[in-house]
Amino acid sequence: MNDTKSNDVWVFVEQRDSKVADVSFELLCKGRKLADALQGRLFAVVMGYEVDLIAQQSFTYGADEVLLVSHPSLEHYRTLPYERHLVKLIREHTPRIVLFGATIIGRDLAPRIASATQSGLTADCTDLQISDVTYLKQNFPRLLLQIRPAFGGNIIATIITPDTHTQMATVREGVMELTLDPHPRTPHMTQIEVQSDPVDELVTIVERHRQESRNSLKSAPIVIAGGYGLGSKGNFRLVHELAKVLGAEVAGTRAAVDAGFVPAERQVGQTGLTIRPKLYIAIGISGAIQHRAGMQDSNKIIAINVDPEAPIFDVAHYGIVGDAMEIVPKLIESYKARLK
Amino acid sequence: MLNSIVLVKQVPDTANISGKVMNDDGTVNRSKLPAVLNAEDRAALELALRVRDQYGGRVTVLSMGPPRASDILRECLYMGADSACLLTDRKFAGADTLATSYVLSKAIQKLAPYDLVFSGRQAIDGDTAQVGPQTAEKLGIPQITYTESILEIVDGKILAKRRIDGGFEVLRSAMPALLTVLKDAVTPRPFRAKRLMEFKNARTLSELEKLVEENSLLYLDKLVDEAKQRNLYIETLTADDLDIDLARCGLKGSPTRVHKIESVVLAGRNRMNVEPTRDGLAGLIDSLIRDHIIG
Repeated sequence: MNDTKSNDVWVFVEQRDSKVADVSFELLCKGRKLADALQGRLFAVVMGYEVDLIAQQSFTYGADEVLLVSHPSLEHYRTLPYERHLVKLIREHTPRIVLFGATIIGRDLAPRIASATQSGLTADCTDLQISDVTYLKQNFPRLLLQIRPAFGGNIIATIITPDTHTQMATVREGVMELTLDPHPRTPHMTQIEVQSDPVDELVTIVERHRQESRNSLKSAPIVIAGGYGLGSKGNFRLVHELAKVLGAEVAGTRAAVDAGFVPAERQVGQTGLTIRPKLYIAIGISGAIQHRAGMQDSNKIIAINVDPEAPIFDVAHYGIVGDAMEIVPKLIESYKARLK
Repeated sequence: MLNSIVLVKQVPDTANISGKVMNDDGTVNRSKLPAVLNAEDRAALELALRVRDQYGGRVTVLSMGPPRASDILRECLYMGADSACLLTDRKFAGADTLATSYVLSKAIQKLAPYDLVFSGRQAIDGDTAQVGPQTAEKLGIPQITYTESILEIVDGKILAKRRIDGGFEVLRSAMPALLTVLKDAVTPRPFRAKRLMEFKNARTLSELEKLVEENSLLYLDKLVDEAKQRNLYIETLTADDLDIDLARCGLKGSPTRVHKIESVVLAGRNRMNVEPTRDGLAGLIDSLIRDHIIG
């Protein structure tokens, strides 16, 4: 047990059916940089059963140390035992930062952990940095800047947690880049002893179905996305038609999802997927910051919008001002003609 | 008989942003946005009402917010909630999710006994999905987040189906428990005309006070008594009504602070404008093929 509060960075490494969630290793890569800036160590907290392989892999993404919490009762995620073990570890070690993926598991677990330890927690960060901060005339060295687009579409908020030692954040999959750690470390693994508790059994899993679905959108080289500006589900068919012709995947904005034009798993943006395709065609998308957060790093962006002032044009490589209902069919026609 | 408490929030209607609410600099003027009942909270209320209709009991809606949040509480009464409670105090202002969940948990304890607490999965103004789990943690009760449906409640346990990454699971949980509900879980019932006529006159204390100020012939005590008798009184809870540590409320009790708000300055890309003509679009296709973007 440590008496002093640490400068360590922890990443909760999430697994489902003993397969790691991509976002967890992405967070280790980011966590490596944060730990270096803090001159602290990077810990991977690996919880589950028969997850030794994930524990080993954590070192290749920059972890200095793995806390392995392995037990048959932890095979499938359940809120209460996971919470109990993680809270205990955090209380013992008082890390400086704890990061979670903004997955369903992360969004179920992180708030309970933050509540139990009375730590600040910021959801869906699109960037994390370490910086000295002056807040209300007080100096705080090396705080975690938790950066996220906020309400209003055109602002980026930087959230800090100046008064609590442990700072927590969740990050969506695909936001942080995945890179192997160039400096291999000496693996240091600590097995955490697991004791059961009747509280764990307050909730039991009766039935469970899941498929390892690789969302084809994530790795698609070409993505055609439609927004609320298309006006109706009928008009949204144009997006599908163009996608079919180009062999592309279909995506949508939050507003398009809310309007029922496109299913939620195809949402691109801060609260959806972050993607970097070779080509992104945005149709009837105004380009709120929350949406741009999910697509602005695409290699080439074409924006089609009737409003020449739409912010989407600011991130586009090619801009076409006009009615998508006329432009898209012409685009399809031109492409087909070119292939002949 | 099952008693449920439903947590509801009044949120700016970000789904329907029109030109009228835009500032000249292109940002949204939040105060001009219509304030509505958060859609997932409406689904949570519907689920709670169905539990009541099947198993009996009472449904109480609870909202923390400014006085005008009474509007959404009336909506909940139109839908069928048995009673409504407004949690309002300047001392609660500026709360992040941790401070919000603290005050909510204290109010829920005040409204006890309860078997189930419902809320939407998340509110559209922040999308954090944190308040539900944090409230459950503070109450020391289990949670079922991302609830899609309730299968049965038997022997003091609830069986519910929830979404997980890549599928679903069915959980059996002891009660009391807190459930956060997805929007698609249930279709909320429309307002009933009879209830609307009845509860459009439901009032909070501050609203009755205002009536008295405007009409000197009215007496506050009498109005309150009358409203209570006719079940038209929306109870108000303030910090004084709760067993609460003020250091954990509002901005003071919020570990997360907004350090900076920046308008986004886009690094204007070297954008090429394409004419929406056949020639323009053909040219675009050509350059994409030439750059091996498409082929």
